[in-house]
Amino acid sequence: MPDRAAPVLDVRDLQVVFRTRGGEVHAVNSVSFHLRPGELLGVVGESGSGKSVTMMSLLGLLPSPPAEIRGGEVLLGGRDLLKLDAESLRAVRGRRIGFVFQDPMTSLNPVFTIGNQIMEPLRAHMGMDRARATERAVELLELVGIPDARRRLGDYPHQFSGGMRQRVMIAIALACDPEVLIADEPTTALDVTIQAQIIELVKDLREKLGMAIIWITHDLGVIAGIADRVMVMYGGQVVEQGPVRALFADPRHPYTRALLQTIPALRGQRDRRLRVIEGQPPILSASPSACSFCPRCGHASNRCRVENPQRLPHDGLPTGQGHDSACHWAHSAEPAHA
Amino acid sequence: MLDARPSPLVEPLVRVRDLKIYFPIHTGLLRRHTGDVKAVDGVSFDIAAGETLGLVGESGCGKSTVGRAVLRLYEPTAGSVRIGGEDIATLSPERLRRKRPEMQMVFQDPQASLNPRMTVAAIIAEPLEEHTDWSRARKQERVHELMDAVGLNRAFANRYPHAFSGGQRQRIGIARALALNPKFIVCDEPIAALDVSIQAQVVNLLEDLQEKLGLTYLFISHDLSMVRHIATRVAVMYLGRIAELSPRDDLYARPLHPYAKALLSAVPEPDPMRESTRRRIILQGDVPSPANPPRGCNFCTRCPEVQPQCHEVKPELAEVLPGRFVACHLVRPLSDFKTAGSTGGTFGAGTVPEPNQQGETR
Repeated sequence: MPDRAAPVLDVRDLQVVFRTRGGEVHAVNSVSFHLRPGELLGVVGESGSGKSVTMMSLLGLLPSPPAEIRGGEVLLGGRDLLKLDAESLRAVRGRRIGFVFQDPMTSLNPVFTIGNQIMEPLRAHMGMDRARATERAVELLELVGIPDARRRLGDYPHQFSGGMRQRVMIAIALACDPEVLIADEPTTALDVTIQAQIIELVKDLREKLGMAIIWITHDLGVIAGIADRVMVMYGGQVVEQGPVRALFADPRHPYTRALLQTIPALRGQRDRRLRVIEGQPPILSASPSACSFCPRCGHASNRCRVENPQRLPHDGLPTGQGHDSACHWAHSAEPAHA
Repeated sequence: MLDARPSPLVEPLVRVRDLKIYFPIHTGLLRRHTGDVKAVDGVSFDIAAGETLGLVGESGCGKSTVGRAVLRLYEPTAGSVRIGGEDIATLSPERLRRKRPEMQMVFQDPQASLNPRMTVAAIIAEPLEEHTDWSRARKQERVHELMDAVGLNRAFANRYPHAFSGGQRQRIGIARALALNPKFIVCDEPIAALDVSIQAQVVNLLEDLQEKLGLTYLFISHDLSMVRHIATRVAVMYLGRIAELSPRDDLYARPLHPYAKALLSAVPEPDPMRESTRRRIILQGDVPSPANPPRGCNFCTRCPEVQPQCHEVKPELAEVLPGRFVACHLVRPLSDFKTAGSTGGTFGAGTVPEPNQQGETR
């Protein structure tokens, strides 16, 4: 992967708030990350950690109200997507950024044929006529490994199995050759043997097409096998970020460590008891003034309760370029390089 | 036939033999019976008292249907389910009702399995209302006792389920299952709806309760690493049949059935170094429909090691190594005479079969 190339996508200080009857929920708090060309960035977190909300807000996919983007920049090729009007944003969505959702059944329209749904972005964004769009649709279905592609264009979503539907979703997302593909839990609804098929497919497509991918999941195993870089989210913030091998070999944030320890292993020594992260993930009713993990953290000190830690590097590289974490304890245990 | 033979050993707590559950398909104007969805097609296993049998497989393989049929929440089409020596598949409704306190269930989705209009105390006390004539005070005392046992604060007894988090709701479901002091609990994907950091809390609770109360579990899950943690023995199901039934460590160290091999190799592990060098068995295609399973072995349409005979003859589950049962033509003991079907093998629980001298598989 080209390491220092200019990022295709650069998100800075993104803040998203939901206004509800019960008050505000600060779902995304100062999230910054970037995506280099051809790179696969894994985003890990539990439900409510803000990982999906972050990605949805990039493309204006959150209903407003209740969602409100309070601040930040989302730069795609130097242009701030948050400043675009609805019309220009529509030209980006599906054209320059493709999206694959978790549940392929609810994200495909049951009353239109698969062919119709693949051709829609081709005709809308690329201005193709029916004949050309059909040819391209067949090409795309073959690319994602659907046998007998031409005949299946006339089939409806319910005629496909779960794994095949997810392949169709990927074909739609790739239709206009996007620079960035965002996949939100694309294999969570699938069985493990089908998940393995989809992961192989994505690895293969990356080699062929070279687009940059953001892969959102709660499954650390999936991330370990597919990502170049990993970003761990908790309480609407990035708590740790780094190259995949460094992060798994030497996790610095207590939450990342606990998360890795709580999963039982498939081989080797079997623990008699599972390690537990006590307590519940937070619901953030205000912009955080303390570390959001400190009520569940074994290393919490007084400082953690009064000062929200900033992301700082562990390897001397600028934050976001190498391995960094947002934890007072991790940085006091070993003085930072910088 | 199997039941006619007196068992040489103490009968295990749960003994399932040749269980079949078919859901009829009716089509046409006259709604004629034109076929069956063979959700479970001849499943046999034992569970010894105090043991946890893991039941794994992919969606649609029939694992949840087995779990429900074992408690007779579905009427079995054929076969027997003996729990504590009684065949519950044939019990009269009244006898079955009196049997219910012994066997309980924890469901997958705590959101859907708890009545939103009932307080936690009412939910946990419901089995007591149904099966005991205890006084109000005694029932309340029992509810508090159960809330303590599963780690819920007694002070919240009069709250409604929506006020609790997913993990806490699953604790409510567990407390309800424990109310009548059951011996046997079917846990149907009890952690699938929970966050990773909460799953370990619930699994530890289930293990603590098993130790304290001497419970026996049938633990149904698609999470193979969690099953490795909790189960003593594991049955792998595919399309309504058991492909392999083995002691946990044997299965994970060296799966014998080609489907068990593929399933284990598909599980991603949180270790980038290992993942980059690991060789996966990628199965082609999808699971066939249980309404129209293939002739011969159910796995023959996707099996990487398929042979001509696999398309013709359904392999029986047979003991190929001590305590290890596999349904595959390619995995056979060299001394090929001791099959479960013909000798009434006990499917492992609590017995140590004769060590197989040439205990190797081809």
